[in-house]
Amino acid sequence: MGIEVRGLSKRFGQFQALKDVSLGVASGELVALLGPSGSGKTTLLRIIAGLDAADAGSVILEGEDATDRNARDRRVGFVFQHYALFRHMSVFENVAFGLRVRPRATRPDEADIRRRVKQLLELVQLDFMADRRPSELSGGQRQRVALARALAVEPKVLLLDEPFGALDARVRQELRRWLRRLHDDIHLTSVFVTHDQEEALELADRVAVMNHGVIEQEGTPEDVVERPATPFVISFLGTVNIFHGRVEGGRGIFGPLAVEYPVHADPQPRTAAAYTRPHEFDVSKSETGSGLWAVLEEIVAAGAMVRLELAGAHGGLIHAELGRDQFDRLSVQPGDRLYVTPRKVRVFVENP
Amino acid sequence: MTSGVRRGHLSEPRLVRWAITTVALAFVALFLVVPLVAVFAEAFSKGFDAYRSAIVEPDALAALRLTLLAAAIAVPLNVLFGLAAGWAVGKFQFRGRQLLLTLIDLPFAVSPVISGLVFVLLFGRQGWFGPWMIDHGFQVVFAVPGIVLATIFVSFPFVAREVIPIMEAIGTEEEEAARVLGAGGLQLFLRVTLPNIKWALLYGVILANARAMGEFGAVSVVSGHIRGLTNTLPLHVEILYNEYNAQAAFAVASLLGCLAIVTLVLKAVVETRVQGATRTMGAPAAEVMGWESKSAV
Repeated sequence: MGIEVRGLSKRFGQFQALKDVSLGVASGELVALLGPSGSGKTTLLRIIAGLDAADAGSVILEGEDATDRNARDRRVGFVFQHYALFRHMSVFENVAFGLRVRPRATRPDEADIRRRVKQLLELVQLDFMADRRPSELSGGQRQRVALARALAVEPKVLLLDEPFGALDARVRQELRRWLRRLHDDIHLTSVFVTHDQEEALELADRVAVMNHGVIEQEGTPEDVVERPATPFVISFLGTVNIFHGRVEGGRGIFGPLAVEYPVHADPQPRTAAAYTRPHEFDVSKSETGSGLWAVLEEIVAAGAMVRLELAGAHGGLIHAELGRDQFDRLSVQPGDRLYVTPRKVRVFVENP
Repeated sequence: MTSGVRRGHLSEPRLVRWAITTVALAFVALFLVVPLVAVFAEAFSKGFDAYRSAIVEPDALAALRLTLLAAAIAVPLNVLFGLAAGWAVGKFQFRGRQLLLTLIDLPFAVSPVISGLVFVLLFGRQGWFGPWMIDHGFQVVFAVPGIVLATIFVSFPFVAREVIPIMEAIGTEEEEAARVLGAGGLQLFLRVTLPNIKWALLYGVILANARAMGEFGAVSVVSGHIRGLTNTLPLHVEILYNEYNAQAAFAVASLLGCLAIVTLVLKAVVETRVQGATRTMGAPAAEVMGWESKSAV
C-alpha cells in the first residue's frame, strides 16, 4: 500500500474538516480527491503531507507510520495550487532546492545536482528556461517547474493540491493529459485534489468523492459515474433530475413517475427520491407508458448534445439531453407537449 | 512635439500644473534645502581648521561614540524584534494579533519626552526599580544604559512596520514548500524567508538607524547631560549652542546632516528595490504558447 490513512479527524475551531476518514492508495496508483470547497479534501492532502496535524488517526506511507513524522522527513512531493515557487530563485535553483538543503552526508555534489536538475527540466520540457525567474514564466510553465521541484527529492508519494486550478481551460487540458502520460511513465503513487469532476474522471485510476469531511464514495471513475453510492455523489457528478416521492410495498412513487423498487418490500412508506441524468430520458411527441409529460420551454442547441428544458406537469423543471440526430428527427419547438420516459432511474431512500 | 494629438483634456491645465509644482518645490527649498545649506555654511564660517577642531574635540568624539554605541545596540535588537513580530503577525492568526499591531505603533504616538520620563519613573533614584538596581551597582538613568533603552524605545516600530506588510503579502506557501522539500528551520529562514524580505528589512534598518542617531527628546530626559559621558551628538549640539559656540554646534550638527543625506540616498535606492520585489509577486506572465507543440511530440 502506497498511502494508507486510518480514522483521520480534524477540527478547525467549530468547523469539523474531517470526520473519521480512511483511505488506501495502492503503490503506483493515481487517486483523485473530488469534492466541493470545504469538503475536507485539501485538509486530507495536507495531513498526508505533514503540513497539518490530525486530531486523531494515522498516516502510513509505504508501510511506515508517518503520523508523528515532520513534513521534512516524510519524503513526499507536494505541488501547490498557486505553485509556491521561490520567487527570488531561478527556475534551476528552485528545482535544485530539495537537493541543496539535504544534510551534507546525503547531499549530491554540484555536478550531480546539475545533471539531475537538467534531467528534470527536460522531463517537464523547460530546460531552456533554467535561468529565468518564476515571474517570467506562464502559469502552466510555473506549475511544471513546481512539479519538477517536487520530483527532485525522489519522493515516495506525490501530492497535488488543485494542480490546474489557477490555469485557463486550454492549458489545463494540455497539462492534464501530460500529467497522465508522466504518471504512466514513472508510476509514482499520487493523490491530487480537485473540484472539477471532469478532471478527476479523466485523470485518475480511482476517485474518492468527498463531502462535509467524509468520503462519500471511493471507486473507479466508472463506479462513481454508473453506480453512485449516495445522492450527493450523483448530484455532484453532473446535472441530474430529482423526483421526490416515497417507496412502499416494492414500488417507488415519485409524482407522475412510478417504478418497481423490490428492495423495499415493506408496506410502510418511506420518503425517497428518484434521480435521472438528462441523457437518460427518451423524449417523444406521442404518449408513452410513463405518464410523465412536460411542455418544452427552451432549447440549447450548442455542442454535440442538444439540451432541452421542460416544465413538467408535476410542477418541476426537467432537463433532458438528446443527440443532434435524435433532436432533428423529433422536430419540436418551444411550447410543444412532450412525453418523457426515463430509461434509468436511481432511487435513494432517505434515512429515517 | 505631440504631432497634433491633443492631450489637454487628459490632465489639468498647464498653468495649474506649474503652479502646484512651484509651490511644492518652494516648500522643499525653504524648509529642507536652505536649513541644510545654513548648517554647513555656519559650520565652515571660521574655516576648515575650526571645523575640524570642533569635531575632534574629546567631548564631541565621546558623543559620537555614544551615539554609534546606542545605535549599534538598538538597531540589531530592532531587527530581532521586527522579524519576530513580522513572523508572528504575518504567518499566524492568534488572539491579540490586532493589539500587538497597535502596540507596535505606540512609540510613534507617544511624545519622546514622555517616554524618557517613563524610564526615569521606572529606573530613576526615586523610581520603581531604580533604588534596587542602584543598590546592586547598576545605574540606568543618567548613564549609558538609560540612553540605550530610550533609543531602543523610540526606534522600536521601524523594522516591524516595514517587514509585517510584506510578510503578510507573501504568506506561508513558500515556507511550506521548503519544509516539504526537506529544509530545516534555519535553512528555511536563510534561503526562503530572508531573501524575500531583505529589502524591506534593510529599509526598516535605515529608518531605525536614522531615528536612533537623531533622537533628542527621550534621550535628553534620561541623559543627565554629563559631558564626555552621557551626551549623544544631538545633545552635544544643544550644549554647544547654549554656550554661544554656534560654529562648533553647527560643525557637530553637520555630522548629523551628513548622516541624513546618506540615509536619504540609501532610502531612495532601497525603496526602488522594495517596489521591485513587490511587483514580481503578482501578475503571471502571458501564457507562452509553443510548449504545446513540443508536448505533442
